[in-house]
Amino acid sequence: MTYTAAAALGVAFAVGLDLAVLRTNLLRRKGFWVAYAIALAFQLVVNGVLTGQRLVVYSTGDILGPRVLYAPIEDLAFGFSLVLQTLAWWVWWGRRASQARPTPLAASAARRATPTETRRSSTR
Amino acid sequence: MSWIYPAVLAGCVLATLPLELVLGARVYRRPRRLLATLLPVLVVFVTWDALAVHAGHWRYRHLLGLRVGNLPIEECAFFVVVPICAVLTLEAVRRRRPDWL
Repeated sequence: MTYTAAAALGVAFAVGLDLAVLRTNLLRRKGFWVAYAIALAFQLVVNGVLTGQRLVVYSTGDILGPRVLYAPIEDLAFGFSLVLQTLAWWVWWGRRASQARPTPLAASAARRATPTETRRSSTR
Repeated sequence: MSWIYPAVLAGCVLATLPLELVLGARVYRRPRRLLATLLPVLVVFVTWDALAVHAGHWRYRHLLGLRVGNLPIEECAFFVVVPICAVLTLEAVRRRRPDWL
């Protein structure tokens, strides 16, 4: 398997985790995309240093070729998968904790919520 | 140079610290939830990294030489530091714009 294929698999795995397994649905939230955009800007800098200084070296046979700030474009998929998986778990654990110990406010909100409202409700 | 990688990671930690201390992201203050988040991510990405190095997709140069098990300490630190920065960013966005999440 090339890095290109592994990176595509990594994105698919993260998307499946968010939408189907944990059902955190971060991909449908504006807040996720804003946080990801900020993280991406810093990723480009950090990755640029690590690859530009040749601390990490890639085999040219396993990547498509195009690079963004020294790093192969596959790294963008790698970073996206890392951020999405992390945030999906974080939000999922937070939700579990708030369901295990519902505050009076959250409990009454949960009682009021219809299934459609639940999907749109906070990711906390 | 062997100090660049640790310096970059330390820079990530320092640069995101105000999100916790000034914006009130409350990430380091929820250590159990943070640990529970980091563990599954570490399992997936440490495995990916090991397979990629084995397959020759990438290799590391100028590492410190310290290892956690079979892994360079920089790699372990990377997959802890970067997820923490991502969570801090999400919680900072949530503090500023609760309706976006």
